Amino acid sequence: MSTQAASRPRSPSTGASRGVHGVSDNQVLLAPAERAIQMIGGDLTEKALRRHLEGLPGVDAVGLEARAASLATRSIKTTSKQWALDAIIRMIDLTTLEGADTPGKVESLCAKALTPDPADLTTPRVAAVCVYGDMVPHAVEALGEDSGINVAAVATAFPSGRSSRTIKLADTRDAVAAGASEIDMVIDRGAFLAGHYGLVFDEIVAVKEACMRPDGSYAHLKVILETGELNTYDNVRRASWLAILAGADFIKTSTGKVSPAATLPVTLLMLQVVRDWHTLTGERIGVKPAGGIRASKDAIRYLVTVAETVGEEWLQPDLFRFGASSLLNDVLMQRQKMNTGRYSGPDYVTVD
Amino acid sequence: MTHLAVPKTYKLYIGGKFPRSESGRVYEVTTAKGEFLANAAKASRKDARDAVSAARAAVSGWSGATGYNRGQVLYRVAELLEGRRAQFVDELTKVDGLTAAAADKQVDAAIDAWVWYAGWADKYAQVAGNGNPVAGPFFNISVPEPTGVVAVVAPKEQGLFGLVSVIAPVLVSGNTVVVVASETSPLSAISLSEVLATSDVPGGVVNVLTGSAAELAPWLADHSDVNAVDLSGAGDLDWSDLQVKAAQTLKRVREPETGEVERSVERVTFFTETKTVWHTKALI
Amino acid sequence: MAASQTSFLDYAPAPESTSILDLKDSYGLFIDGEFVDGTGDAFTTISPATEETIAEVVAASRKDVDRAVAAARKAFDGPWSRLSGADRGKYLFRIARLVQERARELAVAESLDNGKPIKESRDVDVPLVAAWFFYYAGWADKLDHAGLGPNPRALGVAAQVIPWNFPLLMLAWKIAPALAAGNTVVLKPAETTPLTALIFAEILQQADLPPGVVNIVTGAGETGELLVNAAVDKVAFTGSTEVGRAIARSTAGTGKKLTLELGGKAANIVFDDAPLDQAIEGIVDGIFFNQGHVCCAGSRLLVQENVEAEVIERLKHRMSTLRLGDPLDKNTDVGAINSREQLDRIRELSDIGEAEGAERWSAPCEIPAKGFWYAPTIFTGVDTSHRIARDEIFGPVLSVLTFRTPGEAISKANNTPYGLSAGIWSDKGSKVLAVADKLRAGVIWTNTFNKFDPSSPFGGYKESGYGREGGRHGLAAYLASAKEGAR
Repeated sequence: MSTQAASRPRSPSTGASRGVHGVSDNQVLLAPAERAIQMIGGDLTEKALRRHLEGLPGVDAVGLEARAASLATRSIKTTSKQWALDAIIRMIDLTTLEGADTPGKVESLCAKALTPDPADLTTPRVAAVCVYGDMVPHAVEALGEDSGINVAAVATAFPSGRSSRTIKLADTRDAVAAGASEIDMVIDRGAFLAGHYGLVFDEIVAVKEACMRPDGSYAHLKVILETGELNTYDNVRRASWLAILAGADFIKTSTGKVSPAATLPVTLLMLQVVRDWHTLTGERIGVKPAGGIRASKDAIRYLVTVAETVGEEWLQPDLFRFGASSLLNDVLMQRQKMNTGRYSGPDYVTVD
Repeated sequence: MTHLAVPKTYKLYIGGKFPRSESGRVYEVTTAKGEFLANAAKASRKDARDAVSAARAAVSGWSGATGYNRGQVLYRVAELLEGRRAQFVDELTKVDGLTAAAADKQVDAAIDAWVWYAGWADKYAQVAGNGNPVAGPFFNISVPEPTGVVAVVAPKEQGLFGLVSVIAPVLVSGNTVVVVASETSPLSAISLSEVLATSDVPGGVVNVLTGSAAELAPWLADHSDVNAVDLSGAGDLDWSDLQVKAAQTLKRVREPETGEVERSVERVTFFTETKTVWHTKALI
Repeated sequence: MAASQTSFLDYAPAPESTSILDLKDSYGLFIDGEFVDGTGDAFTTISPATEETIAEVVAASRKDVDRAVAAARKAFDGPWSRLSGADRGKYLFRIARLVQERARELAVAESLDNGKPIKESRDVDVPLVAAWFFYYAGWADKLDHAGLGPNPRALGVAAQVIPWNFPLLMLAWKIAPALAAGNTVVLKPAETTPLTALIFAEILQQADLPPGVVNIVTGAGETGELLVNAAVDKVAFTGSTEVGRAIARSTAGTGKKLTLELGGKAANIVFDDAPLDQAIEGIVDGIFFNQGHVCCAGSRLLVQENVEAEVIERLKHRMSTLRLGDPLDKNTDVGAINSREQLDRIRELSDIGEAEGAERWSAPCEIPAKGFWYAPTIFTGVDTSHRIARDEIFGPVLSVLTFRTPGEAISKANNTPYGLSAGIWSDKGSKVLAVADKLRAGVIWTNTFNKFDPSSPFGGYKESGYGREGGRHGLAAYLASAKEGAR
């Protein structure tokens, strides 16, 4: 990994040559992201960033997982459940990220996003559809104007992130230009694991810049950590913090292409970071678990975890999302059950 | 010219020093036939108190030493005892009226006891400890640790071996000792103190009181800074009262021994506390 | 919010149904394999959450206690000592299975009688009860490996007196090793929590355990005193240091083997390099688990001064999410205080804490109108000389002290006549192990707290008692080596 990281093209933002091990690494100035400067200080070097991240409290995996397990035992009452099911739908990024995706498939997905349950038009719409960059024009067209549904595009050589920065930035700009209002970027896990926090940081800052529209506004930036590859909880905490410092609007667990994807303990940990950031700065960062959440029951556990960790104000699409595809149908079936009193079946919800 | 003998003054052994009793009291030690041998110090409750303070002060150093180190220090006592064998044989024949052969045998037994117990210092924890297979992501071990200050009433019989057989096992794990020597056979105890003082056993680790066990034991059993009481030699005393006194601070109490004290690792572990440590275990 | 004005976190009252219980209006004593009428006075056991009567039980008199001891003696001299270890083990395995089968019922009864949250009796207490019987069942035919040399022997009749904080779990801690080692038992559950012990007696009947092997006598302190002083060979007690002291006195000179598991005032030490979020959970678990009715509770928080403010802020935030209320509700985190008497003691000591100048903060929770309740509370600005830093409160009250260096943490942690347990929170392994080494306490949890396991010895230093329960060490409390003479 480190060889790859070392041989990759240099950061356009600094243009400087970085040694893999050299002291010179530490002296390199990083992109002057506003949050990082406020948090760490004006002299934003790789060394300062490293110190900051390594100074974060460690995570004890056993304790974290025990806490997540205890949150999962909460049982909520019927009225809360009704509200929760609708809230889950509103917070879903309905996703298709396949090599086999076609305009037809994306249109079908968008139709589902617009009318999740044709038998019950009171069903709320999802937050966004999430597609590859080249599918953005099809999604934008299929959703039409004023649908209230955003188009999110994965970018930066999703899912591996293994390409040049030039390509990653072009990927991002294309998607924004095509009408994506949310960008789900992946971080360079190789660089992170090799300890090149500055590279990861600068790249996020650069992608954020690439999210700027001609009118000066920005597409929302979700930063995918790919926690399954970061492996340790300490890494997840550092990467979460790094992403926020670099300007992330959301931190997202996974691409869905690596196992394990989202887990409750990882999401709890990211929520703790977001809570701590809010305590320090008053600023609210979003969290998006993605991949592997298929049942309403599981999704409700996430809501409980959000509410007990950062508070209920995070239970809204601006601050919490589920990256999912099959979850929606399970929620719809649960919703039907609550409305009719009968258990529903897969033939009573639509495939997309 | 004949040499006029220089009799030894038998004093107490407290904190590595040889003080007289603060009370100024002495009592006569006689031969088995009743002839005067020496005036031994008759320790008071204040001497007992001083001995406990000295023992407490010595706990951290002695218990903090490695088992390997304690083992060597205890083995060194055996070496020195061997070197002064003649003196002990002499005292035992005079005080206890033993034959030279019997006295010699008792000294052998005392030396062997030191050697045997010395070897346990870096092993008893392996025998008494455990790795515990708990049902969860935890590393969990139990280890024995010294209980602290142990007050011992030495057996009346066998002035040397009786004493060694009760103090050596207590010392193995790192406890410190305040021992009330056999009232009738105190000379070996003081001579052993001289061995200890010239050995590598730090001052205060063993404190020897001579005098009346009936008078001293209640103060020790009642002392809040004593962690355990070994009543091995207290069979003739009102030991249930001693146990009642010990209950005030929940001291560990070893009840009187009937018959000769046998060597056993159980004597070592009796004066230990089992500490169990849990730690979380995770790869990520 | 769409559904209502109330919070999403207004979890459903999700009470565990009590219909699973088949309680009698009154219970006798369990002697010689049968429920018999006692000759002492009847008293009631109530639910501390509602103050409603659950059932009537009887205070065993001297005559009853003697009868129970005689039954135990007869069983010891008779069928029980003739059984092979393997067969004794099979009875214990049966008991373990029956406990698992009736787990829900036992959990509901425990929460009803004790006031502890159902999630705790269901997820912690009862599963551990089954685990304890399973663990010791396997020992019954392996006693040669217990560490007492070949052919160790049972002591005889064991008198066991247990507390109200973990009624059924303490029963298991006592009975399982005693039977595995070949003893017979007379057990007295606490006055306020006899219910699960009596249901357990039914389980013994279902297991077809020979009559007299286990006898259960209910009653208060006087019954316990009678039992301890009866013609038994072994006394095992879990409870307050004060009573433990009295038992040590009354058994002095009798040759009865005694093990005591008494009070504590555990330090929970949080270093500045701790995994902070988990440490907060551990602090909460340490003192609010089981309403703080835990002898090994982490009742003294020793926090490194440079992170005190942050830890307290996070702790208060976390405490604000604790849910106090109906013990039978699955979402309840903090249940009822076990008795009015205990509530009075908690209040008294808390008032003293305030009078001594410590600052009190309680979690904002609604206190039910009936029953005995105490909101989770912390005291900051506590000094080592304060009574709330020294006395065992045995309630959901945490005293916060600070330290500057590891050495200071150790000396403050050890500055107590107790020595049952301690907690250490740090990510630095060398420091954790060195501190664990220096703490004078029988159980040390590092980066965790209040964990129990049948294979893990539990018990105290100093005035927290002597003897160990759990693990191989726990067997030694009920065995004598072959060399030690018969009773």
